[in-house]
Amino acid sequence: MNIMTEAGVEQKLSSGTNAPSIKMKGEKVSVHYGEKRALFDVDIDVRENQVTALIGPSGCGKSTFLRCLNRMNDTIDIARVSGKITLDGEDVYDPKIDVVELRARVGMVFQKPNPFPKSIYENVAYGPRIHGLARSKAELDGIVESSLKKAGLFNEVKDRLLESGTGLSGGQQQRLCIARAIAVSPEVILMDEPCSALDPIATARVEELIDELRQNYTIVIVTHSMQQAARVSQRTAMFHLGYLVEEGATDKMFTNPDDKRTQDYITGRFG
Amino acid sequence: MTDAISPLGAVGRPVSIHTDDAAKARLKGRYRTETWFKWLGAAAVALAGLFLVLLLSTIVTQAIPALRQNYLTLPIDLSAAKVDPAKLGEVNYDAIAQEALTAKFPDVTSRQDKRLLRGLISTGTGVFLRKDIAADPGMLGGTVDYAVPLDDFADLYLKGLLADVGSDEAISTSVTPSETSGDIDLTFGDDAMLALARGHGATEGENGMLTLTSGASSLLVAFNGGTVKLTALSPAANGTVIAKGTVIEALDSTAPAASGQAFLRVIETPEASRKISDKVIVWLDTLKSAGLIESRFNSIFFFTGASREPELAGVWGAVVGSFLTMIVTLAIAFPIGVSAAIYLEEFAPKNRLTTMIEVNINNLAAVPSIVFGLLGLAVFLNFFGMPRSAPVVGGMVLALMTLPIIIIASRASLRAVPPSIREAALGIGASKVQTVFHHVLPLAMPGIMTGTILGMAHALGETAPLLMIGMVAFIVDIPGGFTDPATILPVQIFMWADFPEAGFQQKTSAAILILLLFLVIMNAIAVILRKRFERRW
Repeated sequence: MNIMTEAGVEQKLSSGTNAPSIKMKGEKVSVHYGEKRALFDVDIDVRENQVTALIGPSGCGKSTFLRCLNRMNDTIDIARVSGKITLDGEDVYDPKIDVVELRARVGMVFQKPNPFPKSIYENVAYGPRIHGLARSKAELDGIVESSLKKAGLFNEVKDRLLESGTGLSGGQQQRLCIARAIAVSPEVILMDEPCSALDPIATARVEELIDELRQNYTIVIVTHSMQQAARVSQRTAMFHLGYLVEEGATDKMFTNPDDKRTQDYITGRFG
Repeated sequence: MTDAISPLGAVGRPVSIHTDDAAKARLKGRYRTETWFKWLGAAAVALAGLFLVLLLSTIVTQAIPALRQNYLTLPIDLSAAKVDPAKLGEVNYDAIAQEALTAKFPDVTSRQDKRLLRGLISTGTGVFLRKDIAADPGMLGGTVDYAVPLDDFADLYLKGLLADVGSDEAISTSVTPSETSGDIDLTFGDDAMLALARGHGATEGENGMLTLTSGASSLLVAFNGGTVKLTALSPAANGTVIAKGTVIEALDSTAPAASGQAFLRVIETPEASRKISDKVIVWLDTLKSAGLIESRFNSIFFFTGASREPELAGVWGAVVGSFLTMIVTLAIAFPIGVSAAIYLEEFAPKNRLTTMIEVNINNLAAVPSIVFGLLGLAVFLNFFGMPRSAPVVGGMVLALMTLPIIIIASRASLRAVPPSIREAALGIGASKVQTVFHHVLPLAMPGIMTGTILGMAHALGETAPLLMIGMVAFIVDIPGGFTDPATILPVQIFMWADFPEAGFQQKTSAAILILLLFLVIMNAIAVILRKRFERRW
């Protein structure tokens, strides 16, 4: 299945030098919405088992880039993506790539918690079921339980798994959505401002969760909160007006950015 | 409060653009407009409610008489002499029932009167009798009391719908007849009858003679076990009155009836302007006072097919026809409509072609229904040679008419499903089809079903397109299948409304009531579905 491309070789090389290998890679990614160009030649590496934060003012293209990674932009008729995005060296926009398989490997958590109006159990079990990941009911139960545990929700909902997922609080709903994404065993989880609709306490729980999830998954998170980016991410990419301003280790970005725009944005002078 | 209105804006309140007099006037004007609007709205609702009540009460009051039918109990001779048990199919049951009836009135001798008398019972009597005997052969071998439905005019008269009949009043003078039958003279003890006759439209002649023509109310005098219809009155000596009359029912004797022994019955509606003669009225009253007539729940109306005889006509054939037609409509329009809506809303690319299709679907919803009937006639009947008057063709035509309604309603409810649900499903790797069928469609279903039921209700009440494909034919049999000739409720109503017989008037209203009932039930189901499956997200 794995086609050895140049990127794949690169990945092997970089993993040899003890640095985290590159899980996903964007090369000259551009997106047009009809006539309007939203993203200009973005190059980003997403490293395995790290959290990559995408920051920047509203409308800068960070969500657009995120949605390119699992081809969610396909659902928008007028969106057109050019450039190359690879997952483990395979081009995700290659016609040979099945988008359903891609999305099973690259899961997504959205800005607004969007559980299905079904039971908590069904919400989590849906993904494994359609992908045929469980051979028996017991196995499915196991996946649901472990996913809810990983999402830190199990103890709160274990007695009401058959109640509607929409009846949970906002923070619980968002963790349910994370559990739902985890249940498919993705390799990468994309999070589009996952805490923007949550209160500080729920946000703290989700941030803790992200940090734990990093052990097993590669995470890309879009956020408007500088503190959140600083707290949860290892690498940060700054976007502005559709351009990638700079990308680097979070520590460096927040203490000593190369670009003045990054400095201004982080310190709250514009944006 | 009065302080606040003063131009200085007193009590320490500074005057600003929101507190000065002009502002107060503006505010007042705003409230006035609001009040006006509220009242106009309330008036509009009240007016609509009034019309609804008016409509319903008219239909209901008209329909109520049709819910009951009068039956006459006759001793029917089913002995072996009349009915050969080996040849049940060859017996003239109508004749047997008519004999039983004429036996009740031995003085009716003329051919014309006998025919009139036989007409009191429904022409369907023989059919009912044959059916009941087949079901219960134990009736044979003797005389049984059997209730036969009355003819429509007799029935309507008994329901008080044909003639305005006053109650019996005792005559406070003596009445002396000259004969017991035929045209006779009656002598009244005083002249009270003259004033009465004048009051009821008698024509004045010479010598104070009053003639009661067929244009005047009928005055019937009942005494000595018989009934006499007055035709003319003239004053005589000693303040008495001599009246000419025709005996309708023979008197027992020529003995004078004492004061209070004779009864006057006035039928206000002149004989010329009603469809039932005095003779028939007298016969019916006699049968009724003998306790032989009974009003029953009109099962004929509810459980039989169409008929030319009002008392035999029922809606069941039309109800079954409507039901079969609706099944075909639903079976065609629902899957096609919902599939089209799903494709257009979820899968179709947004280009010039799909936009054109959309516009045309919306246009189709506005096409007059008779055009669909013409289409059905040209395509289904003439081109494909499908059977005329059949529910399958009617259902197809109505399905074409309902399709755009279902598509539009389904698309609206699919669009109402939040995109976040689609993203959620796509985000965990569900395919497009899985997303639509596992998540979007179930959430849109209540809306789709509501739209479908309303579309079906619309189709159920449709008449015009079905006239074009021959469903207006007069069909007596209850349709047994989709290709049998049938008619449907609204068309049946249309046909009955057209029939001249007075008995159909009530049937029409009753059938409208049944149709309304179906529509109310369907709309109620739509409301319940909407409430029951409404989801929050």
